[in-house]
Amino acid sequence: MIVLLIGVSLLVAIGFLIAFLIAVKKGQYKDTHTPAIRVLFDDNSEEKNKEENKSESN
Amino acid sequence: MNSEKKIDQKLVCYHCGDECKDDSIRIDEKLFCCNGCKTVYEILDQNKLCNYYNLDQTPGISPNLNFGNRFDYLDDPSTIQKLLDFQDESISKVTFHIPQMHCSSCIWLLENLYKFNSGVSNSQVDFLKKELSVTFNHIGISLKELVKLLTSIGYEPQILLESVDKKSEDKVSKRLHYRIGIAGFCFLNVMLFSFPEYLGIDVTDAFLKNFFISLNLFLSLPVVFFSGWEYFGSALKGLNKKIINIDFPISLGILALFIRSIFEVATQTGSGYFDSLTGLIFFLLLGKLLQEKTYSYLNFERNYKSFFPLSVTIKIEEIEKSIPINKLMIGNRIIVRKNEIIPADSILLNGDGRIDYSFVTGESKPVGKVSGEFVYAGGRQLGSVIELEVIKEVSQSYLTQLWNNEIFNNPDKSAESYFTNFSNAVSKYFTFVILLIAFVAAGFWFQTSIATALNVFTSVLIVACPCALALSTPFTLGNAMRILGRNRLYLRNTAVIEDLAKVDSIVFDKTGTITQLGKSDLIFTGAILNSFQQKMIKSLVRNSTHPLSRKIFNSLEADDFFPVTKYDEIPGLGVTGVVYGHKLKIGSKKFVIGSYEDDKLATNVFVSIDDELIGHFLVTNSYREGISNIIRSLGSNYKLSLLSGDNEGERYNLLKFFNDEKQMYFNQSPEDKLEFVKSQQKSEKNVLMIGDGLNDAGALKQSDVGIAVTEDISSFSPACDAILDASNLNLIPKFLKYSQSAIKIIYISFVISFLYNLFGLTFAIQGMLSPIIAAILMPLSSISVVLFATLSTNFVAKKMKLLGKGGS
Repeated sequence: MIVLLIGVSLLVAIGFLIAFLIAVKKGQYKDTHTPAIRVLFDDNSEEKNKEENKSESN
Repeated sequence: MNSEKKIDQKLVCYHCGDECKDDSIRIDEKLFCCNGCKTVYEILDQNKLCNYYNLDQTPGISPNLNFGNRFDYLDDPSTIQKLLDFQDESISKVTFHIPQMHCSSCIWLLENLYKFNSGVSNSQVDFLKKELSVTFNHIGISLKELVKLLTSIGYEPQILLESVDKKSEDKVSKRLHYRIGIAGFCFLNVMLFSFPEYLGIDVTDAFLKNFFISLNLFLSLPVVFFSGWEYFGSALKGLNKKIINIDFPISLGILALFIRSIFEVATQTGSGYFDSLTGLIFFLLLGKLLQEKTYSYLNFERNYKSFFPLSVTIKIEEIEKSIPINKLMIGNRIIVRKNEIIPADSILLNGDGRIDYSFVTGESKPVGKVSGEFVYAGGRQLGSVIELEVIKEVSQSYLTQLWNNEIFNNPDKSAESYFTNFSNAVSKYFTFVILLIAFVAAGFWFQTSIATALNVFTSVLIVACPCALALSTPFTLGNAMRILGRNRLYLRNTAVIEDLAKVDSIVFDKTGTITQLGKSDLIFTGAILNSFQQKMIKSLVRNSTHPLSRKIFNSLEADDFFPVTKYDEIPGLGVTGVVYGHKLKIGSKKFVIGSYEDDKLATNVFVSIDDELIGHFLVTNSYREGISNIIRSLGSNYKLSLLSGDNEGERYNLLKFFNDEKQMYFNQSPEDKLEFVKSQQKSEKNVLMIGDGLNDAGALKQSDVGIAVTEDISSFSPACDAILDASNLNLIPKFLKYSQSAIKIIYISFVISFLYNLFGLTFAIQGMLSPIIAAILMPLSSISVVLFATLSTNFVAKKMKLLGKGGS
């Protein structure tokens, strides 16, 4: 029983390991600074303006 | 946001934030400093990208809109191939280095490139590296158009064809991440399976016990052989070259732990040290990553050489003007005078080339070139003035490389710094000493406990690290060199700082160094020069780089020039040549008339045409601002001397600065100057020679440190060790003091790293330091030393006000 549980726990952990390795492969660790700035940009100021106008008219 | 911004009542450009001369260039309420900025605004406005201005105030960069055919080389398929990261039938990927990006607006705009041109499918910024990677459809937009687009909005990419090794760097960093991931994963699991042991629970079930141990063994295999290969591989490479490098003791420590663990498991005498082993490798790798991140952050601006402000004379529609060398474009016509260096591969158009390639090839025999022939960059023109057409981009790094060429290195001056040699030598023996200590300590503990002996052995090998020692010198000197560069003192290499710190005797050249020709007056006395004579004189002095020749050249009016034959320049005397069938001589009285009695009262430049004296230019010297302060403040600590090629006309004026008359030497030929420096060196002095680098090149080369002072840095003289912008001459005392501080900082760093090793070893030998703690301490020591070196050089610079004016 313990052997089985340990096996399962190892498998789960290996799953996370693989997720990490894929993340590295995709270059997520290459640049950790720019994405932090990028999320702060509005998608599109004009679309946003339209949305604001809409919500005002509603 | 929409109205013009007024700061201190100044008109500020809406785009780049520079001050506007007047409000003539405007759109609606928005003011612009130049048409370039206005154009960028229009482009952005058309593409509805004005959000750019909302993210940061005045984020723009004033663009250079004169492309000419500057980017034509990007049409060449082999060049494109070199630059692209990836290409298939329709999609291309390219990475540009864009040094101009500086704020979040830049990121936003560059990542919205697709809105300018539908050919661009994706663009992504790496802000810290200042890189932009663009994926584009090369049928929709060519690489050249892409570069033009970026340039037109102010972000001109820096394209270096040599920089192709960046991809492998990425691979290395990825591999380190993989290794850390695997090591961390296995380490945590091994710890988990070792829990019963940590808690002192005696697992009675033999099967379960063996199961845990074999799981640990299994998990440690990838750590040792994949993650640990970082060290084994490097150590093996070193051994192949018969060098024992710093990874060798670390590898030995890892192997000792691993073999011992296998042995225990095989003989069933214990459960091994798999947790220490995997933890050790994990922390070592983590430290390595942290170390690399720190270095790359500190290295950020190290590439100062690309900012080296060389200038070159170009000719546009018969008008000659001086421009910075990086603005030089293909197709430009350039003028190269005697002793100047050819900045780019070109075709000779006019004049006789006698080109000395000794900087490049070491062959000192000049090569003759006639018009129409191809001329390689890096040669020095020895004959009269030549005109060339540039056919290849300038590579500034290539030119600065020439400066570092061994040929110019005085054999007495070591290119390698004393400290680099010192730490290299120490590092070499370091490993052996550490191995010895490790074996002796392990042997001692072996009698009491094998486990402790093993721990001590590994800890000693891991904790002692010569990296701190090896890193302090390059980081201190590299940073000091960068700071001096910001103050416009450009050093040939870091070793110059050490030489500067040792200086105890300073020799000044007069003309062009402590006198300022730009501000001096030139009066011609004698027969009034007609325009034909003016033109002849101007044509002749055009060939020379001497400050007085330049001065005369600028004072005369003539739109074009006559060809000059039989041109000759005799250093310290004057120039001669045949212009339009007339023999001209311009120079000292001795040179022109042959008379030995010199007029002792002023600097005169005599002119004769066909051996008939026409008259002379009277030069009144004006001294550089603050020169008396410099000399006064240096006088107390250094032995000062003045060498002048001129007569004694200025003796009384100079006496105000140099109190001692014996320090001044007049009528010095270049050979005399060289001999003077030699004689100083014979009396055990370390000589700093400050001159203009032209008629004192020999003395500059002979001296321990030769600084060439230049007004426009056009006459690039490889004989000197440093080039100083003339406007910063008054900082010389500070520069000297600063280099001394830099040397002190190195000594302090040595002491820190030595103390660190001493403490680490003391605890390790006593068995009080587990290998894992050692693995954490080791990278910390290197990082702390590097941080200390960089921060303290910055701190001292700030205290001396050498840093701070020009940003950060």
